[in-house]
Amino acid sequence: MDAIIENFFNVPIMVKMFPFLLSGFWWTIKLCLLVVPLGIVSGLAVAMLYATHIRVLKWLVIIYVDFFRSFPPLVLLVFVYYGLPLVGLELPALISVVVAFMLNTSSYYGEIFRAGIESIPRGQWEAARSTGLTWLQTMVHVVVPQAARNVAPDLTSNTLEVMKFTALASVVSFPELLRQAQLAQGLTYNPTPLIMAAGMYLVLLWPIVRLLSRMERRMLAVR
Amino acid sequence: MPGTRGAVTPGPPILDVRGLRKSFGPLEVLKGIDLLVDPQELVFVIGPSGSGKSTLLRCCNRLEEPSSGHVWVDGVDILARATDINAVRRTIGMVFQSFNLYPHMTALGNVTLALRKVAGFARPEAETRGHVALERVDLAEKAAAYPNELSGGQQQRVAIARALALEPKIMLFDEPTSALDPELVGSVLAVMRNMRASGMTMVVVSHEMRFAREAADRVIFMDHGEIVEEGPPERIFGAPEEGRTRAFLASVFDR
Repeated sequence: MDAIIENFFNVPIMVKMFPFLLSGFWWTIKLCLLVVPLGIVSGLAVAMLYATHIRVLKWLVIIYVDFFRSFPPLVLLVFVYYGLPLVGLELPALISVVVAFMLNTSSYYGEIFRAGIESIPRGQWEAARSTGLTWLQTMVHVVVPQAARNVAPDLTSNTLEVMKFTALASVVSFPELLRQAQLAQGLTYNPTPLIMAAGMYLVLLWPIVRLLSRMERRMLAVR
Repeated sequence: MPGTRGAVTPGPPILDVRGLRKSFGPLEVLKGIDLLVDPQELVFVIGPSGSGKSTLLRCCNRLEEPSSGHVWVDGVDILARATDINAVRRTIGMVFQSFNLYPHMTALGNVTLALRKVAGFARPEAETRGHVALERVDLAEKAAAYPNELSGGQQQRVAIARALALEPKIMLFDEPTSALDPELVGSVLAVMRNMRASGMTMVVVSHEMRFAREAADRVIFMDHGEIVEEGPPERIFGAPEEGRTRAFLASVFDR
């Protein structure tokens, strides 16, 4: 028992490393605040391009989504982070991490939105278009609000996935929470900081889980 | 006898369809339709399922793209390249068999969406007009209700209000009562009767023969993508000339 406390719940180490991990926690939050909205917006854009039924666009979207869903995100991250500077494109670390994540997450969000958009009956389109709404107006005011509601559970779980997924940035030494925890573990020769990081992820994700499931229930109740 | 016109109001027709053809792949659904609808006329289209009635309606606002032919609505060639189809559609109200209300919006929201986004009214003005339209279908008190809180008849009347609010030149009804329980049909027909009384031009695809007999200016019988026979309801129902019309009416009234 003492060994467990000594190695995983070591209070002096927790106290000492807290500010260091906190800096990583903020970076993780910043990453989430960038990656999630960008992923949702670009995923929606991808799904809308698909829904235009313009053959060329549709094929481009299919290639894009298939590629980034099957390409290992870790490799993608390394490639964008270390590869782009080699071809003369020097991006700040934050930007290249966000870009790599966005390419990956937009394809997942895109698939979810595509399923949602396809779940809306033709009659909704016809009613809206018959009153003179354009394709885009119909999409924005009639189809997407219903589609998002229909796939809300998938959007929620994907969002939580994406937030945990930001830990992948540690492989390119981006100072987010997991990276800082690993450094702290190395400095103290003790895995306690990893447990601390897990606690911080919990603090970040759990309220969101609650909030989203409440929102989901409310949205379902409206129908 | 295509081209026969009801004698309600002289003047240019609101709807002018000429040589309209529509094919889905190898299947020709409309085989050259000619149809004139005068202002304030109520034209009833009857015929067996698959006769092309709905397709004819849907070609009149280009929900379906005609394969060939011409359609003018209030003098506007709706198939012309230069025509802004969204602007034209605002003047053509359409009511669907399955209502197609937006489930995530209230009755008022359903009615005001196009008023705001297509007609360009600010929200207060759109809502004023929306309330007027809901009043016309006798649902003023349901403005805040969501579609799933309304009966089928009420939903269809909201759908009618949604089209009416845009002050269309003509209204197209695609089997407006077919999805309704029998006891709810009356309320929808009552609204349509009021619209006719207030001078709306209407083309109705429906199986409500009694309503056709009492309210229509002209009845058109379609079969296999053609207009077989048309005339005033007394003649079509009382003394149809064509064998196919007689056979269809017999099958309908024998139920």
